[in-house]
Amino acid sequence: MRSVPSILHLDMDAFFASVEQASKPSLRGKPVVVGGLGGRGVVATASYEARVFGVHSAMPMAQARRRAPHAAYLIPRFELYRQVSDLVMGLLRELSPLVEPLSLDEAFVDLEAGPYGGLLREGTPEEGAELVRALGEDLRADILAAVGLTASVGLSGTKFLAKIASEQAKPDGLVLIEPGREREVLDPLPVRALPGVGPATAETLRRLGMTQVSQIAATTEDELVRLLGRAHGAGVHALALGRDERAVVAERDAKSVSVEDTFEVDLGDRELIRAELDRLAERCVRRLRAAGRSGRTVVVKVRLFDFTTLTRSETLPAPTDDPLVISAMARRLLESVELTGGVRLLGVGVSGLADFTQEDLFAQAEHEAAEAEADLRALADADDPVADDPEAEGGDGGGEAAYGGPGAPRAFHPGGGVGTLLTVRRWMPGQDVRHAELGHGWVQGSGVGRVTVRFETPWSERGPVRTFSVDDPELAKADPLPLVRGSASAGEV
Amino acid sequence: MKFRVERDVLAEAVAWAARSLPARPPVPVLAGLLLAADEGKLSLSGFDYEVSARVETEADVEEPGTVLVSGRLLADISRSLPNRPVEISTDGVRVIVVCGSSRFTLPTLPVDEYPALPQMPTVSGTVPGEAFAAAVAQVATAAGRDDTLPVLTGVRVEIEGDRVTLAATDRYRFAVRDLMWKPEQEGLSAVALVPAKTLLDTAKSLSAGDVVSIALAGSGKGEGLIGFEGAGRRTTTRLLEGEFPKFRALFPTEFNSVATVPTPAFVEAVKRVSLVAERNTPVRLSFEQGVLTLEAGSGDDAQATERVEADLEGDDISIAFNPAYLLDGLAAIDAAVAQLSFTTSTKPALLSGKHAPDAEADEAYKYLIMPVRLSG
Repeated sequence: MRSVPSILHLDMDAFFASVEQASKPSLRGKPVVVGGLGGRGVVATASYEARVFGVHSAMPMAQARRRAPHAAYLIPRFELYRQVSDLVMGLLRELSPLVEPLSLDEAFVDLEAGPYGGLLREGTPEEGAELVRALGEDLRADILAAVGLTASVGLSGTKFLAKIASEQAKPDGLVLIEPGREREVLDPLPVRALPGVGPATAETLRRLGMTQVSQIAATTEDELVRLLGRAHGAGVHALALGRDERAVVAERDAKSVSVEDTFEVDLGDRELIRAELDRLAERCVRRLRAAGRSGRTVVVKVRLFDFTTLTRSETLPAPTDDPLVISAMARRLLESVELTGGVRLLGVGVSGLADFTQEDLFAQAEHEAAEAEADLRALADADDPVADDPEAEGGDGGGEAAYGGPGAPRAFHPGGGVGTLLTVRRWMPGQDVRHAELGHGWVQGSGVGRVTVRFETPWSERGPVRTFSVDDPELAKADPLPLVRGSASAGEV
Repeated sequence: MKFRVERDVLAEAVAWAARSLPARPPVPVLAGLLLAADEGKLSLSGFDYEVSARVETEADVEEPGTVLVSGRLLADISRSLPNRPVEISTDGVRVIVVCGSSRFTLPTLPVDEYPALPQMPTVSGTVPGEAFAAAVAQVATAAGRDDTLPVLTGVRVEIEGDRVTLAATDRYRFAVRDLMWKPEQEGLSAVALVPAKTLLDTAKSLSAGDVVSIALAGSGKGEGLIGFEGAGRRTTTRLLEGEFPKFRALFPTEFNSVATVPTPAFVEAVKRVSLVAERNTPVRLSFEQGVLTLEAGSGDDAQATERVEADLEGDDISIAFNPAYLLDGLAAIDAAVAQLSFTTSTKPALLSGKHAPDAEADEAYKYLIMPVRLSG
């Protein structure tokens, strides 16, 4: 183990909820719960104010609503979280090239690999501890300045202890575990605090009277190996002793890109299922492309009404990032699944990742045909700005009524994508909107044909509330605003 | 039944007819080879419901008759016999094979349960055997191999008067070959989609003959069959169903750059450079006047680069390809000089052959190849 606690673990405090509070002044200091709002949603993050009521992540949303009926319940705005996360990760990379993100709001940093590495190695352990503490505090201040959010920092000589330290630091703090203090920190922890000890292992250990890390540490490795098997037993024993040789690994390459949706009600209609699949494929491709990747294998995941989960995959001879190719494969795969009874969840994934795309002759021809048609349409529109152009409509050789035609209701995912046939707009709580006169705001709630919007921005005072008809033409979807004015992130302001 | 035949003649005939026998026959009789001896002729037939094969050869027939025996066994036996005349006869429900001092007794399968071989469609015309085999090989190289898109595992055969067009694609490349043939009647027009693998095998096995007759049941008629016949061998294949993509419009006609490279040097260079292109990662080609630079590998991986003399008309261009697809095409053009025509680095490139640097490109064969682009 290192003599200097130079492994840093950063964890943003109640990240999604904090971002929401930062961008919605009226929610500051109030309980906020972010997650899936449908009947089957779960809590992604609860603000500290909401945690007081016993709401925590992974809890079913319905249960959360019972515990904290007055909290603000919001949909996640991943686009914004990602932008904020990028800024934070950028700050971490200034400290060291060895940054290992674990999620949007969590990462390990190996300070010894960074610009301060030389100082850390040369100085005494005391000087080193002093320096890393200063670096950690500076980092927290920089994050607050850059994105307006608080973060907790753990520092230690191993990844495991650094993570334990940041947990103890929460919220808005810094904890440093110097070498030699491992026992003092680890001993009182419950066995579940060890990575790899889940409910099953914890139960096995409990039957033998081991509930605390200290008890595991007091056991011999042989004993644990007998109990838990070779790899697992040895691993748990080492962690209990504070030994963790795992290095910080930068940029762990993703092995696949996938998206999935659980529906509020089971989907029964094949047309509708297909439309949802198309949308998922499109979203998956967007993520794939944003990561600069392509892939060879397309996987479709279907969970039926009775929780039977099926996956089907198909592999191309060469990688692609072409939306047409990927959605055609996804559709083909879906055809091979018996969907009777209803679909609860659909997912589309791409694996076998590469960074190049083998162009597809037919897909390219199809794209070109579509573009040519769009040009033609634009031309026709320009010629005749008032008329709806029956010629162009009818000349649409594809002839496929996307999404089952304009009459078909689409319960989820308003707007976006190619579908312009959407007739009813749906406003989700937390969503950004812009009013032609009143400016930027967010949806507080919607129902019975009306939508309530609070007009405020991350940099304004608490704003006023107005109610509109759901199809008010003055109201439009908007991009999220950056949390700190003028910061490099976010779309247009 | 009783006949005598030369060992080599028998072995060759059995091997060819047994080609189409299924490895795991859906019904036992399909594992059989049907032997029919009559009036100085011996015919052998095999069938697996998809492909039928029938070969006829001269034999010294003492007693005519028909018998069905295991094709695999007969093929193994006839291949291993000493080079002496072979006598085959029936003895009740058994078949006796005698050659020199070897003697085999084989069980027979019930002839009356054997399905009737499909009727050969009426002959449509003839092509020279070797030319046909070469043309099929040029095209079949581009056919798809995975069954998810069955249409693309076929070669489209288009007949229009005295011209036959063969086309195949796996959607990453597209090979088209025109050849002349002698139709039986004027104004013949027909299309068929033939499984590429079967067509390739068939054309190769018939290449020894002077001419190959192609028999195609006209559209709608017959049971979707195509037949080939040459040098005493006759085979039919069930056609694939489905709409083969329209391809003529896919071939670009206007180009911004045209490069010519001596084929052997080009092939050698691609093979060498692609040693570092693991799992068919792309080979990048940069054409400038006088020189082609090939590169493969990137980042921390192994890298390779090589220069080859090349002639370029038009704009400089950098483009990347799957090396396997490029090599397939360079082999298929079968010409001393390769000509590559480009529009842009993301659009299909057209590969054709020339017999000399200043000759016109061969119009009869075209290999369209889609580039690879970096994602993101």
